[in-house]
Amino acid sequence: MKLTKLLTTAAMALGLATAAVAADKTKVGFIYVGPRNDGGWSQHHHEAAVEMAKHFGDKVEIVEQENVPEGADAERVITQMALQGADLIFTTSFGFMDPTVNVAKKFPNVKFEHATGYKTAPNVSVYSARFYEGRAIQGTLAGRMTKSNVVGYIASYPIPEVIRGINSAYIHAKKVNPNVKFKIVWAFTWFDPAKEADAAKVLIEQGADVILQHTDSTAPHAAAQAAGNVYTFGQAADMAEYGPMPRISSIIDVWAPYYIQRTQAVIDGSWASVNTWDGIKAGMVGIGEISDVVPADVKAEAVALQDAIVSGAYHPFTGPLNKQDGTPWLAAGEVADDGALAGLNFYVEGIEGAIPQ
Amino acid sequence: MDMSAINPVLLLASLIVAATPLLLAAIGELVVEKSGVLNLGVEGMMITGAICGFAIAVNTGSPLLGLLAAAMGGAVLSLLFAILTQFALANQVASGLALTLFGLGISALLGQGFQGEKAPAFPKTDIPLLSDIPAVGHILFSHDIVVYLAFLLTLGVWLVLKYTRVGLILRAVGENHDAAHALGYKVVRIRVLAIMFGGACAGLGGAYISLIRVPQWTEGMTAGIGWIALALVVFASWKPWRVLLGACLFGGVNVLQLNLQAAGFAIPVEYLAMSPYLITILVLVIMSADRSSAPASLGRSFHASQ
Repeated sequence: MKLTKLLTTAAMALGLATAAVAADKTKVGFIYVGPRNDGGWSQHHHEAAVEMAKHFGDKVEIVEQENVPEGADAERVITQMALQGADLIFTTSFGFMDPTVNVAKKFPNVKFEHATGYKTAPNVSVYSARFYEGRAIQGTLAGRMTKSNVVGYIASYPIPEVIRGINSAYIHAKKVNPNVKFKIVWAFTWFDPAKEADAAKVLIEQGADVILQHTDSTAPHAAAQAAGNVYTFGQAADMAEYGPMPRISSIIDVWAPYYIQRTQAVIDGSWASVNTWDGIKAGMVGIGEISDVVPADVKAEAVALQDAIVSGAYHPFTGPLNKQDGTPWLAAGEVADDGALAGLNFYVEGIEGAIPQ
Repeated sequence: MDMSAINPVLLLASLIVAATPLLLAAIGELVVEKSGVLNLGVEGMMITGAICGFAIAVNTGSPLLGLLAAAMGGAVLSLLFAILTQFALANQVASGLALTLFGLGISALLGQGFQGEKAPAFPKTDIPLLSDIPAVGHILFSHDIVVYLAFLLTLGVWLVLKYTRVGLILRAVGENHDAAHALGYKVVRIRVLAIMFGGACAGLGGAYISLIRVPQWTEGMTAGIGWIALALVVFASWKPWRVLLGACLFGGVNVLQLNLQAAGFAIPVEYLAMSPYLITILVLVIMSADRSSAPASLGRSFHASQ
């Protein structure tokens, strides 16, 4: 009885939803963890959303909510958006994973897309970019550019996404510069300019002359600029306003094509839950222009690495690689599979310090 | 772990930078409390100063004008508190809490459109000769003017409170406002001026964070420093030198914990992040064992008819 009632309601709701879609605009929601003008991660999602809306013109309406904390508040905000009649909701931070899945259960007719997570459901897709490919290029540049052989890394939260980035950068810095050392500070935030600036200053004081960041603000660039001879990389956005010094390159997130494709699927009614993980080749990860401060041969080396990754000739996680404690992980020539990478929770051999639990 | 990576000179120099906003806010609040008023709105005045300073500095390109605007912003906001508590005789605790909430809200509103903006660079002022002294010169005499101002302000407040007639009157108003009133001192006027001084100091402290230390604007960027300043005044038993010590201690442990992290020190990050609060409170509690008490009229409303 209950089940049949539920099914009828669902079927009716589905019918209504389809009718509604046909009748008026498709409403697409976006939830951001930071302000939409943070200069990095959230700003790029916002710009991609605007580009998507422009592509569809009158057919699509976007609603956005910025500065949403990860946690219980997120669930409230996502629910609110679903109640307002959104047909498709993009939740754009790792910490929105469980809230998204919870809300999705309550709204079977609304489609959800969660960035950088791993939990899917019939109406929840996940999408992420292979940022570690970009980190490999940053690592190469960092290893070549450092004179003190100390590279600072401002990490955010100890999740696989961030740990992959640290490992990939370290492996490639080590490859071109065997003496390189990584100093890692965990900021436990995605966006907090004060904390990021403090972390950058401490790393610089401890001898780091290249700073990599997995946080979203431009504060580390400002600190590097004040210090003088320190190189940085744009994160999520190009951050070109800090080039050619200190910013020497960047990882740029390119979400717009994906947003257009998924919104089109909702309009066509062909939307299905997928797990997308694309890299430089598919255009989801862009490498910002390498500035003129970088010597030509180093630049050529980085570009060659990028080409090898794009052609598929090279994978950033190729053996022989050991775990931090010295136990073997990948044999010579062996390539890490996506499953292992998705749940990566250890440092590779050579990185000092422990991952906070 | 590599302790040699931590350079003590640089550590001490950044300790002073980290202590400055806290010191400014706390020394202002100390004067306010010495006059017998408890203003819990420090956090709100700091964050308002932070955005006023940032907005003016970005628009005019002059960081000094920004600092001035920050002090004025903090003072104007504190004037609201002064009207509520000194003329309308509202409850000081409730008014102070409201001031913090109001300050956080209005700063977020004013800050729309300033997120992600770049502030004009603030010049460093090396003091000639003194900054050339090895080690000590870099630690003490190679900062921006606000750092010097904060330390001079501490010295000034101590001197004024201890040795001048103005300080004596201020303390008299704070200890027993009825007696001060009977002697013919304008209790309300003195308190309003003290509150505005506190507001200006807090605003300056906030602007130090948004203009010099970070330098960027984000909502809620003072991150509770105003509350630390309030606690600091109490734990320092209303003595300027102890406020200075507490601020340096807090700033120092804060900087040290980041340094230890970067050096790969094997203590869980969560404990390191917690340590500045614990250590500061612990040390000041031990120091305040001599039972120096609060100004006797602290938090009590005054009206000439009573």
